[in-house]
Amino acid sequence: MNFFVIGVNHKTAPVEVRERFAIPESRLPEATKMLATYPGIEEGMIVSTCNRVEMVARSVNGNADMRGFLKQLYNIDPAEYEQYLYEYRSTEAVRHMFRVASSLDSMVVGEPQILGQVKEAYATARAVGAVSSQLDALLTRAFAVAKRVRTDTSIASSSVSIASVAVELAKKIFGSLQGRSVYIVGAGKMCELAARHFVAHGVGKIYVANRTYERGVAFAKKFNGEAVPIEHLYETVDKADIVLSSTGAPVTIFRKEHGEKFLSRRKNRPMFFLDIAVPRDVDAKMNDLDGIFVYDIDDLQQVVQSHMSDRKEEAAHAEAIVNAEVEKFEERLRTLDVVPTIVSLQEHLETVRQAEIDRLRGRLGELSPEQEMAVDALTKGIINKIMHTPITTLKTAAKEPESTTVIELVRRIFNLHEKAKDETVKTGSPQSGPGK
Amino acid sequence: MPLLWLRLAVAFYGLGLVYSLLLLSKRGDVLARVAGPAVGLGMIFQLVSLVEFAVLEGKITASVHHSESLLAFVIMVVFMIFFVRYRTSSPGIFVFPLVFFLTFASATGPQGFALSSPLLKNSWTIIHIVLIFTGYAGLFLSFGASLLYLIQERSLKSKQPASFAGRLPALQTIDEIGYRALLLGFPFMTFGLIAGSVLAENKYGSMFFADPKVLLSIIMWLVYMVLLYTRWNSGWRGRKAAYLAAFAFIAAVGAWAANYFSRLHRFNIS
Repeated sequence: MNFFVIGVNHKTAPVEVRERFAIPESRLPEATKMLATYPGIEEGMIVSTCNRVEMVARSVNGNADMRGFLKQLYNIDPAEYEQYLYEYRSTEAVRHMFRVASSLDSMVVGEPQILGQVKEAYATARAVGAVSSQLDALLTRAFAVAKRVRTDTSIASSSVSIASVAVELAKKIFGSLQGRSVYIVGAGKMCELAARHFVAHGVGKIYVANRTYERGVAFAKKFNGEAVPIEHLYETVDKADIVLSSTGAPVTIFRKEHGEKFLSRRKNRPMFFLDIAVPRDVDAKMNDLDGIFVYDIDDLQQVVQSHMSDRKEEAAHAEAIVNAEVEKFEERLRTLDVVPTIVSLQEHLETVRQAEIDRLRGRLGELSPEQEMAVDALTKGIINKIMHTPITTLKTAAKEPESTTVIELVRRIFNLHEKAKDETVKTGSPQSGPGK
Repeated sequence: MPLLWLRLAVAFYGLGLVYSLLLLSKRGDVLARVAGPAVGLGMIFQLVSLVEFAVLEGKITASVHHSESLLAFVIMVVFMIFFVRYRTSSPGIFVFPLVFFLTFASATGPQGFALSSPLLKNSWTIIHIVLIFTGYAGLFLSFGASLLYLIQERSLKSKQPASFAGRLPALQTIDEIGYRALLLGFPFMTFGLIAGSVLAENKYGSMFFADPKVLLSIIMWLVYMVLLYTRWNSGWRGRKAAYLAAFAFIAAVGAWAANYFSRLHRFNIS
C-alpha cells in the first residue's frame, strides 16, 4: 500500500502553472521511466492532460521523495509551487486514482475523455516497464471502477454541451436521426459545430441558406449539403425536420404565420427549430403551434444547467461506489501480500500433517513419548524440506515485479483464498480444488 | 378450474398495475424488468383459463363479466405485438390498469345475467366477438398512445424535459404506435361489425339497427374512420387526435355498457 500521488490540476493550479508541469506526449515515456527508476520508487506512471498532471508511484518502503523527483524532472524548486501541489498517500492515493478515472475529479464531472487519457498514460508506462505489480493492479482496478460508475450511475448519460443537448432533443422528437434533414440558416461558427454533431448522429441531408450565396455554397460543401438561395428560404425550409438558425438579422425571420404554412405543407409532421442567434431568429410564439418545437439559446443553456445539476446528484452516488471499491481493493492487496501468504501456507500444511497423524494413530497403536516425538519430527521434517524452495521462491518473488501473479498462483494451488477469509481451519484431504 | 387460472392471472396483472403506477415515480426502472415477465405469465394463465372454458362449454363467453376477461386478453395481445415491435412498455401505463381491472372484475365479480342463447355457440358469433374485441384493443392502445404523445409533447414544449417524460419513447415513435394501432384495429372492427350485421339480419331482420349497442358501435366506427381519415389526409396527431380517440373510446365504453340495456346482445332470447 505504498502508493503516492503528487500533482497539479484545474482545481489547484491556474493554467500557467499547469503548462509549466505539462509533459508533451513525445517526452512522456522518458519521464515515466525516470519516475520509475527514481531512488526509492518501485513503479510509476504519469498522467499529463490539459487539466491535470499527476505522478503516481509506489515506493519500496513507504517513503518516496516525490518532490525531489519533481525537482529533478522539471529543474524547479518545488517549494515555489507548494501552494499548487496536492499529494496523497496510500488509501487516499488509491481513492484519488479511482476518482480521476471515474471522472469525478474532472472539470465537467462525468466527461468521458479522462478515462481514455489515464488508459493512454498506463499504456505508455507499461511499454517502458514502469508499472508491473501493485500499481498495475491499482490501475486495472481503477478502470473497472470507472466502468462500474458509468453503468451503475447516470453520471455520464446526460448531455452537457449546447450541441449535444440539441441532438438529444432532436432524438426525443424524431427518435432516430437517420434520414432526417437539417436546414441551416446562416453559415456561422456555431452552426457549423452543431451541424457536425448532427451529422455524427446520422442526419442525412443538409441544406444551407445564407445571405451571401457563395458562403452558403462553401459551407454546404463541407457537409456534402445543398446550398439554397436565401430568397427561396420560406418555400424550402419545410423540407427539413430540423432548422438551425443563427443569422445576424435584427428582426425575427420565422414567425407564427410561417409556422402554420410549414405545418400544413408538411401535413403536420413535427418540426424542430433551434435558434442559436442573438437577437433571436425565431419568434417564441411559434412554440405554441402543435407540432413545432422551438428552443432558443437560453432554453438550450437551461437544459445544460439542469443536466449539470443532475450530474452533481449522481456524483454522490458515484462517490459511494468509489469508497466501497477502495475498501475492496485494499482488502485484496492485503491478501496478496507475501507474508500472510507464507503464514497461511504453513498453517495449511500443518493442519494437513496433524490430520494425517490423527488418522493413522489407530493403526500405529500405543506410542511411547519418544516414538511420538519421532513421528512428529519425521513428518515436520518432510514438510519443511519440501516447503523450503517454494517459500524461498515466494520471498524472492515478492521483490520482483510479477509478484502478485506468483503469490496469486500459490494461493490458488493450495486453495488459500477461502482460508484467508474465514479463519476456520478445515481438516481433511488437501486435494480439494481451488476455490472461487 | 378456469376461475383459478384467471385468479392467478389477476395476481400477475397486479404487478403490471403496480408498475404502471410507479412509473410516475422514480423507481420504475427496477419494476420494468419484473413487469414484463409478470404480465406475460398473466397472459398465459388467462389463455389457459379461456381455452379451458371454451372447451368445457363450447362457447367463448357466458356473461358480460366473463367476456371482460376475453377483452383483457385481446388487449394484452395487441399490446404485446407493439411491445415486441417497438421495445417500449410505456403504453402499459394505460393498458395494465385496464387489463387488471377487466380481469379482476371477471375473476371476482358477480356473474350478472347469464348469456344463455344458443347463438353464442354459433361460430359466426364467436368470430364477431373476437374481431370486435381486437378492434376495441387497437382503439384503446391508440388512445393510450395519444395520451403519451400529449405528455411527451408538453414536456418538450415546456423546455424542461422532465425525468418521467425522459423515459417515454421519442415523440415520433409514440405517434407511430398510435397510428399503427389504429390501422391494425380498423379492419377488425369493420369486419366484426359486418359479421354482426349479417348475423343479426339473419336472425332478427333489419330491426336490429334500433338496438342501442348497435347504434353506439356504429358511432364508434364512424369516429374511428374520421380518426384514420384526418390522420391520413392532414396528419392530425397530438391534441386533435387525442380528442378524437377519446371520443371514440367513450363511444366504445358506451357500446360495451349497452349490453346491460340492449335486448339484442343479452343473448337470452332464443
